[in-house]
Amino acid sequence: MPTMNIIQAVNDALRLEMRRDPNVVILGEDVGKFGGVFRATQGLEQEFGTARVIDTPLAESGIIGTAVGMALYGLKPVPEIQFADFIFPAMDQIVSEVAKYRYRSGGQYPCPMVIRTPYGGGIRGGHYHSQSPEAHFIHTAGLKVVVPSNPYDAKGLLISAIRDEDPVLFFEPKRVYRAAKGEVPEGEYAVPLGKARVTREGSQVTVMAWGAMWHEADQAAREAADDGIDAEVIDLRSLQPLDIDTLSGSVRKTGRAVIVHEAPRTCGFGAEISALLQERCFLRLEAPIVRVTGFDTPFPYTLENEYLPRAPRILKAIRDVVAY
Amino acid sequence: MRRVRDIEEARRRKGLEASTRDPAKLEREFPLQRVLRDDGSADPAEVGLSDAEILETWRWMVLSRELDERMVTLQRQGRIGFYIGAIGEEAAVFGSVAGLQKQDWIFPSYREHGAALMRGMPLSTFVCDLLGNAGDRMLGHQMPCHEAWRPGNFVSISAPIATQVPQAIGAAVAARIKGDDMVPLAYFGEGATSANDFHTGMNFAGVSKAGVILVCRNNGWAISVPLELQTASETIAQKSLAYGIRGERVDGNDLFAVHNATRRARARAAAGEGATLIECVTYRLEGHSTSDDPRAYRPPELVEPWRKKDPIVRLTRYLEGRGLLTAEGSEAVHAEARETIRKAVEEAEAHEAKPALETLFEGVYAEPLWQQREQLEELRTAIEADPRVAGGR
Repeated sequence: MPTMNIIQAVNDALRLEMRRDPNVVILGEDVGKFGGVFRATQGLEQEFGTARVIDTPLAESGIIGTAVGMALYGLKPVPEIQFADFIFPAMDQIVSEVAKYRYRSGGQYPCPMVIRTPYGGGIRGGHYHSQSPEAHFIHTAGLKVVVPSNPYDAKGLLISAIRDEDPVLFFEPKRVYRAAKGEVPEGEYAVPLGKARVTREGSQVTVMAWGAMWHEADQAAREAADDGIDAEVIDLRSLQPLDIDTLSGSVRKTGRAVIVHEAPRTCGFGAEISALLQERCFLRLEAPIVRVTGFDTPFPYTLENEYLPRAPRILKAIRDVVAY
Repeated sequence: MRRVRDIEEARRRKGLEASTRDPAKLEREFPLQRVLRDDGSADPAEVGLSDAEILETWRWMVLSRELDERMVTLQRQGRIGFYIGAIGEEAAVFGSVAGLQKQDWIFPSYREHGAALMRGMPLSTFVCDLLGNAGDRMLGHQMPCHEAWRPGNFVSISAPIATQVPQAIGAAVAARIKGDDMVPLAYFGEGATSANDFHTGMNFAGVSKAGVILVCRNNGWAISVPLELQTASETIAQKSLAYGIRGERVDGNDLFAVHNATRRARARAAAGEGATLIECVTYRLEGHSTSDDPRAYRPPELVEPWRKKDPIVRLTRYLEGRGLLTAEGSEAVHAEARETIRKAVEEAEAHEAKPALETLFEGVYAEPLWQQREQLEELRTAIEADPRVAGGR
């Protein structure tokens, strides 16, 4: 089985889906001849031609607006937004159009597409190359939101997203784009949307994370084990649909929950998970649910390591809730 | 009357700037194309439609006018919540639809209800949408006048301005990829030409060489803001130059001129010659919508000259001049339209006032998420406990 990084896994998924389905098209800035600034679409224009791998002008609302017309007409567009930080010019198209087409037309016009975009900090990118805007889209009914943490899931989730009937925001963790390597099966396989994965079983506390922060959560759980703390770790993988049964089942077992994300804390997705868990696990909780997150600031440049919820800060939270 | 002073000021500014421009050159490049003269005559070689087609289109225009007038009355009576029509702009709407093929997709703005009807949306279904009742094809999900009609390739209407422009380009590119003979048409007003998606769409259209028709109904007003405060360009059509696409400027109250321009644009698009921006110069004779009162910002003397250019009056004059219609025949068609509308309203009002409760959650996703299933159950339980939860409209 070949070893791939996340970029290679994404590229593999795109290639396989484009071979399988002539309606799959890619569009975005620099995605064609150059193969994308992160090289995720490398070689695709050469294989599938400029009609299906389209270098667009530099305008995110145009990329998504064009993709809307394609999706309505029966294509399966996979637009790329070069950095999630630049998705905001396309917010009107995503929030007012993509998310609402099926609903506002009474089901007459579904608008399925997969919007791929690298997100997250830890790459010395400052405000505009580091943000994690997933909560905006989870908050918008009509969209699905997926965040892989490793190459195997990246390929399987992207294949599922492309085959899904609903629009999907596919956030790729650029901090571990190349660092996260793993065995990836050749050929097609699907990792279903809406299924979290328990990556480490434990009995005393549940640590939940997604994307690049799963690696920090996993590291913190390993270090906690050295202290004799038995932590369970869950990689959410899909934020909407959310696998609430796996999360609440785990927290009912452990009685403690630590939620990790790098987006700012206030109204971050951790707040929603925390509310859902207290609704479902109230009588089983041994300690308050804790969030370890980015702070309520724009994403900083120099102090980004302090800002990010890295393993040492997660470890402190694990120790605190177990000692509560 | 501050607004009137603003308009005058804007006009003065334009006058001052005129020395840097060459209006004669613009008139050469983007002449206002007309076929139907004010006296109702037209050069037969330029009419472009058969007598039967003209009569049929005129009937649609009459139905549209009668419908707009009747729906405003229903809104005033409190029977529908909102209405926005196309009074005075019928030639721009029906002339452009008539220039398309049936398979061509329409990306509407929000005044082209006539296009949906002409494409086969039953009138009673349209009225159900206005009522948001159990017969509403949109399941009560949108406010009135935001219809979609897939059987007629009439895409859903949204309120955000100009978002449909890049979407139409996407559909054109999709048709090219699939090898379909399909030329999408997007409608928008002159106000939309200020919005980012107009610029983005024009640019994408130019670069992609997409076969698409972009129809600007330049009716002079975006709610209270006149054209002069919307753009410093002499014309809308000239904006095509900067994006490398074709531009045409037509008398938007002239059915024949609009139809001819659309048909030319369609032929070019189908031949792989790219996009056309068609500026239909027309006028919004009434308020923006039923939520608007133009007396607050628009002096009536600005409107009067345009009432004389009413597109239905002009076309009626043509038909009478050609001996295709008599005054009695015209009145009979108006009366017939009113009766059709009366029946459609009656039929629509016979539906239950509200769609079923579960439609609230229908179509957000292909299949409801667990959150939505839980929330529906929560809502049902709350209604059972206290029926007032479902009360009111």
